[in-house]
Amino acid sequence: MFAFIIRRFIQAALVIVIISIIAFAIKQNVGDPVRAITGISVSAAEREAMRDQLGLNDPVFIQYLRFSKDALHGDFGNSFFYKKPAVDVILSKAPATIELVFVTSLIVIGLSIPLGVYSAIYPKNLFSRFLMGASIVGVSIPVFLIAIMMIYLFSIKLGWLPSFGRGELVSIGGWDTGMLTLDGWLHLIMPSVALSSIMLPLFIRLIRSEMMEILESEYVKFAWAKGLTKHRVWFVHAFKNTLLTVITVGGVQLGITIAFTILTETVFQWQGLGFLFMEAVERADASLLVAYLMFVGIVMVGVNTIVDIIYGMVNPTVRITGVK
Amino acid sequence: MSRHIDNFKQSYLWYAFKRDKVAIASMIVLCILVFTAVFAPLIATYNPYDPINTDVMNSEIPPLWMEGGDSAFLMGTDAQGRDLFSTMVYGMRISLLIGVGAVVLQSVIGITIGLISGYFGGKLDSFFMRMADVQLSFSYLMVAIFFTAILQAAVGVGRFGEIAIPFLILVIGFSQWPQYARTVRASVLAEKKKEYVEAARVTGFGAGRIMWGHIFPNTLSPILVLSTIQVANAVMSEAALSFLGLGMPISRPSLGSLINSGFEYIFSGAWWITIFPGVLLVVLILSINLLGDFLRDVLNPKLYKG
Amino acid sequence: MSSLLEVKDLVIKFGLRTGDVTATTGVSFTIEKGEKLGLVGESGAGKSVTGFSIIVLISKPGYVADGHILFKGTDLTKISSEEMRNIRGNRISMIFQDPMMTLNPVLTIGTQMTETLLAHNPKMSMKEASEIALEKLRKVHIPSPEKRLEQYPHEFSGGMRQRIIIAIALITDPEIIIADEPTTALDVTIQAEIMDLISELCETEDMGFILITHDLAVVASVTENIAVMYAGRIVEKGRTRDVIDNPQHPYTKGLIKALPEGAKGSNRLNQIKGMMPTLTNIPDGCAFNPRCPYVMDICKTDEPSLIQVKGMDTQAACFLCKEEVFTNE
Repeated sequence: MFAFIIRRFIQAALVIVIISIIAFAIKQNVGDPVRAITGISVSAAEREAMRDQLGLNDPVFIQYLRFSKDALHGDFGNSFFYKKPAVDVILSKAPATIELVFVTSLIVIGLSIPLGVYSAIYPKNLFSRFLMGASIVGVSIPVFLIAIMMIYLFSIKLGWLPSFGRGELVSIGGWDTGMLTLDGWLHLIMPSVALSSIMLPLFIRLIRSEMMEILESEYVKFAWAKGLTKHRVWFVHAFKNTLLTVITVGGVQLGITIAFTILTETVFQWQGLGFLFMEAVERADASLLVAYLMFVGIVMVGVNTIVDIIYGMVNPTVRITGVK
Repeated sequence: MSRHIDNFKQSYLWYAFKRDKVAIASMIVLCILVFTAVFAPLIATYNPYDPINTDVMNSEIPPLWMEGGDSAFLMGTDAQGRDLFSTMVYGMRISLLIGVGAVVLQSVIGITIGLISGYFGGKLDSFFMRMADVQLSFSYLMVAIFFTAILQAAVGVGRFGEIAIPFLILVIGFSQWPQYARTVRASVLAEKKKEYVEAARVTGFGAGRIMWGHIFPNTLSPILVLSTIQVANAVMSEAALSFLGLGMPISRPSLGSLINSGFEYIFSGAWWITIFPGVLLVVLILSINLLGDFLRDVLNPKLYKG
Repeated sequence: MSSLLEVKDLVIKFGLRTGDVTATTGVSFTIEKGEKLGLVGESGAGKSVTGFSIIVLISKPGYVADGHILFKGTDLTKISSEEMRNIRGNRISMIFQDPMMTLNPVLTIGTQMTETLLAHNPKMSMKEASEIALEKLRKVHIPSPEKRLEQYPHEFSGGMRQRIIIAIALITDPEIIIADEPTTALDVTIQAEIMDLISELCETEDMGFILITHDLAVVASVTENIAVMYAGRIVEKGRTRDVIDNPQHPYTKGLIKALPEGAKGSNRLNQIKGMMPTLTNIPDGCAFNPRCPYVMDICKTDEPSLIQVKGMDTQAACFLCKEEVFTNE
């Protein structure tokens, strides 16, 4: 198990290095750091001197090493729009996205497991067929369209829910949370439902197909042959194995969720990382883009590593031998 | 050719298709949509790319059947004053072009890598599969958003508009190759064990001939299923990118950019600019997805999960 | 007094989209306490599905279309699913073919053993159940069973897993054990070992034993009685010794000739020409007629029924056997 964890960490580190190279390439090509510092009213000679002084004329490899060293200290340069270190900007916006993803995950996990398991056990049942139909419609509607339609219906037509922003926030030690006020929760409803609209059908279908496959397996047949009650066969024998796949795929799906936060946050003007990212793109704010890429990369690699380790702990086959 | 048609008519696929009302309906809808897209210049009542048809005086006219509707514009006009129906038809043409183009590209990359990976195995295989893992963990949409964003920031919005179509095909194509590679690799591994491959090798055929001539035809049914789903995904990705303002410019809008351009107007009541292209997009994706689902049920290949 | 198990005119069908397909027709046999019966046939002959029908666990879309399965006089096809659950795994146990696939990979051996006991004896404590599990593990010769209870299936070899599966089958002291190809998936070297273990345990526990296999040699060495199946029908049944030494049905004759020892002086193995028909295209008349070396006109039109062979304990479904009856009279 220990060797397994070590190996996962080495893999994770390698991926981070690759991301950092991409991030560095972005920094090299997007925006002009000299302009970011001086503005445009500077002569060419002065610019050149500035470039020398900033080390922009050094060999690329040296520049990359410098970039990595700074990055390790959490220094990605200043965002030229916010006039603050990019990392600080990222950290100040992170809570909004984390809360959004958290509530979405609760909705997805809370609904997909019972619905997926139910429709696997009774695949021919009317409700299961309805679920499958609804889920394919769900996968086919883009997140941003669901978001827009919800705004049109609940904000514009009915006037029940606010259409943008996070509402009233409470700051706890630098963490601005919307989860302690009613207004905050009202603002959370539509973005989190919209975001889960893409994950929920995927998860229901995943759990269903996985569970159905396991219900056909020899060991489930043997469990029936032992005369176990159906609840024991379904929830102990079949579900425990289903969970293994759901854990692995769940980790991968988190990557997709982050991509979709960009869309959701844009529609709802949710002041989180996705919204920040789109702003940075419009303003060609290279430092911020790089910091965002590194932040998302680290979160994603971190989550994937943790998921793999949890999988390793749940799955007895990995626990002893250390190989997947 | 007629022999092939007869063979197909006797196949299980055709038999199942005839009995599946949902599949037939989706097929009909999809055919109509594709036909409309291909013959857009004949079907659209206006050419949305022609500046003559862009008249701000005509902007935000509601659909024909609503109060203030104009008989010249069946579904009303967008914020630029273009006929919405014509713009949607042209927009769908672009969405489909990018979707299909991206899938062609990714299938070429993915199938080649998948065949090589599965057939030769070893270091090459683990290298490609590691790469696929890493890319998949970032999700194709994230990769596509990122690269489009960077390119747009690097070349500027104006110039980006000119190269948007080939670039979107490239980005979406490259961001989705791992699914193909993994699916093909998995079926290659399964096929490789079978005797006919051994027989071909003993006969002295080269690796290329065995891969393309013998193994590849046997991986077609998972590829067919995957391709269907991937077209839907690619169309969806394009719409997402365009919605974020990273895709097609509003002067040559795809469905996604139309939805984006209409979004700010729904607050002032002009819902049709967003909702009509939105519904068309959903119908398009849904019909492809339903067909994909039908194919998956009938051909029942092992697709790679995740 | 009714038999321990009596299968009468069993018809199993598979409901396919294109219509029902018959998997077995008119299968009948009985088994008594302590008796060992071999159900022999090629794959697809309907022997496995017959085995599963006894514990009323045919995989969909299969179903019992006709016939009775009487367990001590109770018709298992008629009782409620809860009553059946109480018999299944408790009074009639089953051993599966592939030990690598039969145990649940995420549950410990201990859990998988005790849950069977607890499912049938709700009042039993975990401690009692573990005691019984230990005792059974010892019976199947698993070394240091205390330690083994906490382990997962992947920590055992195939042979060990099959021993554990046998222990699970035995754990409730059942009256009948059905073993479906219990040694096919194992290494040749341990096949005999496992077979002997099952056979020995059946004797000491005085259980009825149904061995489903394609391997005549195994049946010959283990069972007292035999039923040979072909294309969903029993074509010959009787005492194992009689059938092996003096087979009546041409199919059985062919099977025995195909055994390595049947090849005797000749230096190549004999085999039955052709293939068993698939369930969807069973020929008219006797199902075996296209492959039969003694085929007659009547075989192509009429289906022979199982009849007593004169002067023997054997029953066979063949017009040749009937012919003899006629000529002798």
